[in-house]
Amino acid sequence: MGPMIDVQDIIFKYSSLDEEIKALDGVNIQVKKGEFVVIIGHNGSGKSTLAKHMNALLIPSQGDVLIKGMNTKDESKIWDIRQIAGMVFQNPDNQIVATIVEEDVAFGPENLGIAPKEIRNRVDEALNIVDMVEYSKKAPHLLSGGQKQRIAIAGVIAMRPDCIIFDEPTAMLDPSGRKEVINTIEKLNAEENITIIHITHFMEEAVNADRVIVMEQGKIILEGSPREVFSQVETLKELGLDVPQVTDLAYELNKEGIDLPKDILTVDEMVMELCQLK
Amino acid sequence: MLKDITIGQHYPTDSIIHRLDPRSKILITFALIVSLFIINQYIGYVFVVAFIGISIILSKIPISYILKGLKPLYILIGITFIINLFMTSGETLYKIGPLVATKEGLNQAIFMAIRLILLVIGTSLLTLSTSPIMLTDGIEYLLNPFKKIGVPAHELAMMMTIALRFIPTLLEETDKIMKAQIARGADFESGNIINRAKSLVPLLVPLFISAFRRADELAMAMEARCYRGGDNRTRMKELKMKTSDYISLAVTIILIIILIYIRVK
Repeated sequence: MGPMIDVQDIIFKYSSLDEEIKALDGVNIQVKKGEFVVIIGHNGSGKSTLAKHMNALLIPSQGDVLIKGMNTKDESKIWDIRQIAGMVFQNPDNQIVATIVEEDVAFGPENLGIAPKEIRNRVDEALNIVDMVEYSKKAPHLLSGGQKQRIAIAGVIAMRPDCIIFDEPTAMLDPSGRKEVINTIEKLNAEENITIIHITHFMEEAVNADRVIVMEQGKIILEGSPREVFSQVETLKELGLDVPQVTDLAYELNKEGIDLPKDILTVDEMVMELCQLK
Repeated sequence: MLKDITIGQHYPTDSIIHRLDPRSKILITFALIVSLFIINQYIGYVFVVAFIGISIILSKIPISYILKGLKPLYILIGITFIINLFMTSGETLYKIGPLVATKEGLNQAIFMAIRLILLVIGTSLLTLSTSPIMLTDGIEYLLNPFKKIGVPAHELAMMMTIALRFIPTLLEETDKIMKAQIARGADFESGNIINRAKSLVPLLVPLFISAFRRADELAMAMEARCYRGGDNRTRMKELKMKTSDYISLAVTIILIIILIYIRVK
């Protein structure tokens, strides 16, 4: 079987005033089923534009995007593509449609024309996965940011997607809300085997990914496992991007002559390495 | 401060009236409004008062709470009363300068006041006993037959749902913008009406810009969740008419027949 998401050499241009801007410039990505990919980059690096290509909200100017073999340029496939590749956006307030939590989760399946009883099952199941069952009858505006974002995730899960694209879902949340959302995303990948594309500028969120992609000015400039990518501290710093705090610490300690591996990603690893130092 | 505003004034209790299908409640309220205009004798009111009274008791909503809803209408009721009292020609009852209160006028004024009060109580009972979302659903179902002649039933209901959903969000935002502008020295509270209206500009401009941005993002989120209008769309909660709905509709029909009988007799 082909890849879940196959982005083939796409270019996306849009014109602003008299200029023509290339938001994406020759991007190639293949994502396998069940993979957890994190895309990092500056504001304006093209990462959100790329995300919107993955469920046919945007169509490439050149090149093709295939989702499970379906081309996003094929208008007859557009709704199948959006059902397979769900999307969660940045602002939790602006993606909740209904005035009651469970009604909102039902919104997607209702659009797909699913029978009422089946919708009920899916809504209960989705709320269970994101651990929000007790809030099912509440009004969304009374929930915290992290809870709202989990409702938005439930709304996507209820459509039974194979893949979910997260477009900076944690950017507007406080640290505890961010943790809730990240835990939910990791759980979806591990337990439900949903392919995850996670766009973020918090480096700590990339540590547990299968693959990290770094974008700059519409191009992919680094790609690899978190260890491979974050060990290149200098390249990332030149781009003005951060590395996880612990990795940064290892890098600085190295500069001071303390012999530590450069690819430390978590506090636990750091503790292990430090304790072994003589 | 602004968060305290509630729209729709839903008063949730677990009563028979609350559990009625929103469609029957809307139809009954509609019938009640019509019936109030059929009445031309006091005897007719007895039946309507009894009907509304029983509904209130069944709904378990405290009467004082319903009467509180009349407060903003005191002035309107008062003005109607005075106009009717002085503007109806007939047997003179009392004279204040050029104004003449007549016996017929007094009669008419009381009659109209009762009609207005019952009208408000009857309709507020609908919104008090029905959640906004149920109300929207009911309206969508009731408008469905008119789709053929071009009434956008689903779209109207969707607009109402989104409006209801964003009222608290935008109120919160208004509050935030207001505080931000006050922090920069804006004054929303003093001056005459013109100055006050002018001072609203720095509040409304950011609010509108933000509302449009929200609309844009919401549209994209809805599309990403496969929204494509009302065709082929299903609902998780389907409305079902129960025995209690048929009984209450039957009672309403009987009420109207009695009122028509009284009128033509």
